[in-house]
Amino acid sequence: MKPRTKRALAIVGGLAALGVAAGLVLNAFQSNLVFFFTPTQVAKKEVPLDRNFRIGGLVETGTVVREKDALTVNFKVTDGAQSVPVVYTGILPDLFKEGKGVVAEGRVGANGIFTARQVLAKHDENYMPPEAAEALKQAGHPMAKEHFAGQGGRPQ
Amino acid sequence: MNWFYFSSPSTFYGLAGRLAPPSFILAAVLAAAGLYLGLGVAPTDAQQGAVYRVIFIHVPTAWMSMFLYFVMACYCALTLVFNTRLSAMMARAIAPTGAMFTFVALWTGAFWGRPTWGTYWVWDARLTSELVLLFLYFGYMALANAFEDPRRGDRASALLAIIGVVNLPIIYFSVQWWNTLHQGSSVSFKGTSMHVTMLAGMLVMSFSAWMYAIGATLVRVRAVILERERRAQWVRDLGAA
Repeated sequence: MKPRTKRALAIVGGLAALGVAAGLVLNAFQSNLVFFFTPTQVAKKEVPLDRNFRIGGLVETGTVVREKDALTVNFKVTDGAQSVPVVYTGILPDLFKEGKGVVAEGRVGANGIFTARQVLAKHDENYMPPEAAEALKQAGHPMAKEHFAGQGGRPQ
Repeated sequence: MNWFYFSSPSTFYGLAGRLAPPSFILAAVLAAAGLYLGLGVAPTDAQQGAVYRVIFIHVPTAWMSMFLYFVMACYCALTLVFNTRLSAMMARAIAPTGAMFTFVALWTGAFWGRPTWGTYWVWDARLTSELVLLFLYFGYMALANAFEDPRRGDRASALLAIIGVVNLPIIYFSVQWWNTLHQGSSVSFKGTSMHVTMLAGMLVMSFSAWMYAIGATLVRVRAVILERERRAQWVRDLGAA
């Protein structure tokens, strides 16, 4: 074998070994690399109850209620199967809307209500002009929900 | 035909000099067309309004940041396997452009994230792995220049660049493998979930970024060649002429 063939094989072999190692490490850290938990995981108590964590899902349609101080908002986060009631005091991002993606950071109280410290809007991968969105809405296309559920939805 | 004619620094120096200007011109023309499509023709987004238009910079630069790293790592592999000189110089020439694109992708992403998500930065898998890519570029450049003997720098940094390739699939697939705040890909090999004019603007801008990267790399590699070959007769002749 020529020296350069040996070197090429060493690089390919090394990369393959490194790839496998990285794959195993990432797999082991799977749950720590997750940016947010789903409402189903909250319902199953698969979440850290003693510290802050994030939940992600869609803002359930018809559940957004503002309190009189105009800053406190109550809403439910749903993943289609389960939903978690959330209370948040603060300014919401522009993209916060019913039926759209949201990620909230905070903790679950004894009453089962998630008190959020921070609420982030999660955008989906659809980019379209308002007319197209309107046409889809009239056709009753549940676009956002499908796409949200399909992203990162690997079971733990 | 001699396939390796241009693999010698002295012949490639001339070729790079001839190819760089047309690359820059193409980049400028494509950027003008892409920005016209993106800022003038493409409709506003239904949810985000005009702020989405950052994708015409953000997505091309993010693609280029990963692609350039891959090209750089390929040159590094050539360096280690065949001990060729020009490939190491090409890798050195690509790195700053790649780092620049990575930085622009992170920067524009932060400014998009503030109005859309509500935050400049989150430690989700996509953002974090892209930041690691920026550090890989920095690490590569630092290591390549850390040795008195540039050939040792070539080999050491080549190894680092090749190891860093592991990060590329992590960046690309992070939005599929884990729950991230960053949305999934709008454009994939299977199709797209974007309006056609928006997509056209983004692709034209990507080609522009590509051409710019080629031009910038060629100009830089000429400087690297001159510096490294300064004792060679052909460079002395260049100075004498």
